[in-house]
Amino acid sequence: MNLLTSMGLLPLIGAGLIALLPVTNVKLIKQSALLVSVLVAALGITMTIGFDRGVTGFQYIERYSWIPSLGISYQLGVDGISLILILLSVLLVPIVILAGWNESEGGRFSVKTFYILILVLETMMIGVFAATDLFLFYVFFEAMLVPVYFLIGGYGSGARQAAAVKFLLYSLFGGLLMLASIIGIFVISGNQIGRTFDITALSTLEIDTTTQNFLFLGFFIAFAIKAPLWPLHTWLPDAAKSATPGTSVLLLGVLDKVGTFGMIRYCVELFPDASRTFTPLIITLAVISILYGAFLAIGQKDIKSLIAFTSISHFGFITLGIFAMTTQSNSGATLYMFNHGISTAALFLTAGWMISRRGSSTIADFGGLQRVTPILAWSFFIAGLSSLALPGLSSFVSEFLVLVGTYTRYPVAAVIATFGIILAALYILIPVQKALHGPTTAGNENLTDLNKREIAAIAPVIALIVALGFYPKPALEIINPAAQVTITKAGYSDPQPLVGGDK
Amino acid sequence: MGFQSPALEYGALAPMLIIFGAAIIGVIVEAFAAARLRAPIQLAISLGAVVLSLSQVWRLRGSATTTAAVNSVVIDGPVLFMQGTILILSLFAFFLIADIDAFAAQASAVPGSNEEAKALQSGKIQTEVYPLTLFAVGGMMLFPAANDLITLFVALEVLSLPLYLMAGLSRRRRLLSQEAALKYFLLGAYSSAFFLFGAAFLYGFAGDVSLAGIRSAVSGGPGNDVFLIIGMVSLSVGLLFKVGAAPFHSWTPDVYQGAPTPITAFMAAATKVAAFGAMLRIFYVSLGGAVYSWKPIFTAVAILTMVVGSVIAIAQRDIKRMLAYSSIAHAGFLLTGVIALNQEGLKASLFYLASYGVATIGAFAIVTLVRDSSGEVGDLNRWVGLAKRSPAMALIFSLFLLSFAGIPLTAGFIGKFTIFTAAYESGNIAVVVAGVLSSAIAAFFYIRVIVMIFFTDPEEDTVTVTIPSLYTNLTIWIAAIATLALGIFPAPFLDFIATFATFTR
Repeated sequence: MNLLTSMGLLPLIGAGLIALLPVTNVKLIKQSALLVSVLVAALGITMTIGFDRGVTGFQYIERYSWIPSLGISYQLGVDGISLILILLSVLLVPIVILAGWNESEGGRFSVKTFYILILVLETMMIGVFAATDLFLFYVFFEAMLVPVYFLIGGYGSGARQAAAVKFLLYSLFGGLLMLASIIGIFVISGNQIGRTFDITALSTLEIDTTTQNFLFLGFFIAFAIKAPLWPLHTWLPDAAKSATPGTSVLLLGVLDKVGTFGMIRYCVELFPDASRTFTPLIITLAVISILYGAFLAIGQKDIKSLIAFTSISHFGFITLGIFAMTTQSNSGATLYMFNHGISTAALFLTAGWMISRRGSSTIADFGGLQRVTPILAWSFFIAGLSSLALPGLSSFVSEFLVLVGTYTRYPVAAVIATFGIILAALYILIPVQKALHGPTTAGNENLTDLNKREIAAIAPVIALIVALGFYPKPALEIINPAAQVTITKAGYSDPQPLVGGDK
Repeated sequence: MGFQSPALEYGALAPMLIIFGAAIIGVIVEAFAAARLRAPIQLAISLGAVVLSLSQVWRLRGSATTTAAVNSVVIDGPVLFMQGTILILSLFAFFLIADIDAFAAQASAVPGSNEEAKALQSGKIQTEVYPLTLFAVGGMMLFPAANDLITLFVALEVLSLPLYLMAGLSRRRRLLSQEAALKYFLLGAYSSAFFLFGAAFLYGFAGDVSLAGIRSAVSGGPGNDVFLIIGMVSLSVGLLFKVGAAPFHSWTPDVYQGAPTPITAFMAAATKVAAFGAMLRIFYVSLGGAVYSWKPIFTAVAILTMVVGSVIAIAQRDIKRMLAYSSIAHAGFLLTGVIALNQEGLKASLFYLASYGVATIGAFAIVTLVRDSSGEVGDLNRWVGLAKRSPAMALIFSLFLLSFAGIPLTAGFIGKFTIFTAAYESGNIAVVVAGVLSSAIAAFFYIRVIVMIFFTDPEEDTVTVTIPSLYTNLTIWIAAIATLALGIFPAPFLDFIATFATFTR
C-alpha cells in the first residue's frame, strides 16, 4: 500500500484499537495513543526523506475511482507545500499527546474518547493536505470539523460549548459557500473536459472572468474563515480560549493552516485571473489583520487569548506572502506556516503548563516564574522570541522572506506590515516581563518546574525552532520548487531586482 | 352497441393491485377477526403485501415501458424506482406502526369519555390503521404512475383521505391529534379543489386530459395560453401543498406534531416521494415546453421554501415541529431538482428522495423512543443529556441530523451535492446560492439539537429512552447503516438509479 494511505489509515486503525481497550485503563490508552502517533510521525519523516526535491509536481501519487458517475476519485499526492504541512501535523500530534498527558481527564466524555478523537483528527489532517481531488479535499475539510467540535466542546474550559458551536457554524458557513463554488467548477469541468475533480485537470479550465470571480470568492471566504483573516476571525479567540492547550495547538497550528494552504492550492492555482483581481483587496485585509491582531494581542489579559490574537497577526503575514505572488514571498509563506505551527505549539504548551499549575490563565496572576520554575520560564521565553521572529530562530527566516518577497511587488504593504514586527516585540515582551520576571507573585512560590515528560515534549519543539532558525535550507529546498510552480500557474514571474552599477 | 371491457395489464399493475387487494382484505379482517388476533393478522397481511409487491416491482425493473389500464397508467423507470422506494419506506413505517400503543384504542370514541377508557381497558384495540395505511400506500404508488389528469386526481384522493384519518388516531393528546386531522383535511380538501380547477383549465387548454396530449398542446398547439397558465398555477398549488412547500406549508408542523409519530414518519417520508414523483412527471413530461412560464415562479417558491423552512425551524421547541420545518426546507431543496428539468435533476431527485426518506423514518423512529410516563416527549428542553441515557441512540440520531444538514460522508450530502449540481447545470445559480445559504442556517438548528443531546447535563426528569422493540430497532439500524453507506459509497446506488432515470413521454 502506498505510504500516504498507510499514514492516513494508521491513526484510524489505532483509534479503532483504542476503542476496544477498557475505559478504566487510562494509562494504557494514553500509551497506545502515543505509540500510534509516534509511528505515524516516523512514517512522516520517512516520507520526507524519500521525497525527491528535484521534482516539481505531485509525488507518492495514488488514485482509485470512488464515485465514477460523478468523476470523483480517491486521489492523493504531495508536493513540497503539502509535504511540509503533513510533516508538521504528524510531528505535532505526538508532542500534543505527550505534553497534555492529563488534559484528557475531567472532560465531559471519557479519556478514551479524547484519544480516539485526536487520532481521527490526525487522519483527517493528513487527508486534507494530501487530497488531490477537490471533492475528497472537501470531504476531509468538513469531516474534520466533527472531531474538533467534540474536542473543544467536550474537554475545554469556560464557555466551551458556545465556543465549539461558534467555531462549527463559522466553518460550516464557509464550507457551504465553498460547496457552491465546487459545484460551479465541477459543472464547468463537465462542459469542457468531462466531469472531474482532479485538481491538476481543473487548473486547465478556461473560465470567464465573472464566473471565476464568484467561484474564487466562494473558496476564499471559506479559507479566510479558516485561517482567520480580519474581519472573519471572531471565532478564533473564543475557541482558543476555551479549548485545551493541546487542542489549541492542533487548531491553530494545523487546522487553520488548511485555510492558507487552500488559498495557495485552490484559490491561486485554480483561479489565477480572479486571484489577480482580488489581490489588492486581500493584501489590504492581510495588512489590517497583521496590525489588528497585534494591537489586540497587546491588550489581552488572558494568556490564551493573547496567543490567539498573535496568530491572527501571523496569519496576516502568511496571507500577505501568498498573495504577493513572488516565489520568495510564497515559499516564505509556506515556511511561515510550518514555523508558526511549531512556535505556537511551544507557546500554547508552555502556557498550558503555566495555567494548569497556577489554576488561572490571567497574565497578571503570574510573576517571577523565572525564579520558581526556570525551565518552564525559559521554554516560554524562547517560544515567545520565536513568535516575535527574533533572528536566529525559525520564524525570522520566514517573516523575512515574506517581507522581502512582498516588497518587490507591494512596497507599501510590506512597509506597513513591518510595523507588525515592532508590535510583536511588545505583545510578547510585555507578558514575558509580567509573568516571568519581577518579584514572585503571592501564590506562585510553590509551583513545580517541568517534569521529565514535559521536558521530553517541549525539547524537540525548541530544538526545531533553533535548528530551522540557523539552517532553514532543508525545509526551503522542499518548498521552493512547489512555490515556483504556484507562481507560474498564477501567471506571474518574479520581478527582476534593479541592479545598479554599470550604467 | 356492445360494451367492450377495457384491457388491464395485470402484470404491470401487479404491485399496486397487491397493495389494494391486501387493503380490502384488511378491512374484512378488521370486521370479522377476533379482537385479540387482529393486530398480528393485520401486521402479517400488511408486511406480506408490501414484500410481495416489492418483489413484483423488482420483477418489472428491466422490462420495457408499458402503459396500462387503457393508457391511464404508465410504468416506466422512474415510476418503478419510486414505487420501490415508497414500498421500502412503508415497510419501515409498518414496523413502527406495529408498536400499536401509539394509536387510539377506538378512534370513534370521544376523547376523555368513558367509552374511550373502556376500550383501552378491555384491550380490544382497533387496528384500522393497517388497511388505511395500505390504501395510502396504493395511492402513493399510483400517483407518480398516473398518465392523465383524472387518474392523477383519483390517486391524490386515494392517498390523501386515509392520511387525514390516520393523523387523528393518536392515543395520547387526542385533541391535538384530532385538531391536526381536521386541519389537514380542510386544507387538503381546499388544495384538492385547486388541483381539480387546474386540471379543468388544462383540459380546456389542451382538449385532452392525458399528459402526452397536454405536452403536444404545450409545444405548439392552438390552445389558449391564459388557460394554460391558470391551469398550471392551480395544479401546482395542489401539488405544492402536498409536498409542504411555502407558502402552502402551514399545515405541516401542526399535522406532524399532532399525528401519531409512526404516521408522521410515514407521511414525511413516503408522501414526499409520491408527490415529488407526480410533480416531476407532470413538469418533465407535460409542461417542459412551457418552462419559461413556470420556472421563475418555481424558483421563487423553491427559495422561499428553503428560507422559510430553515429560519422558522430555529424557533421551534418541539422536536416534531422542528423536523416538520426541516422537511419544508428539504422540500425546497427538492424543488431545485424539479426546476433543473434535466436528466441529472431527475437522477438527483430520485437519490435525494430515497436518502431523505430513509433518514426521516429513522429519525422519527427514535422520536418514538423518548418517553415519560404519559407518552412521547416532544419538548426539546427535555431531550437534554440524552447521550447519557442512551449513547447509541444519541449517536444515531445525530447521524440523521448531520445527514439532514448535508455533512459529507452522509447520504444527505451526496443528495444535496447532486441536486445542486443539476440545478447549476441548468443555469439556475440563484437557487444554488440560496440553497447553500439556507443549508448554513439549517445547520444551526440541527447542531443545536446535537449540543442539547451531548453537551448538556440531564435534569432530574422522568424522561427515558425506552428499549426499542425488535421492529423499531431494525428500522433505526437499517436507516442508520443506509445513511452512512449511501454517504460513503454512493456509486453503486447512483449507477442503479441511472438505469431508471428516463421518463416515458
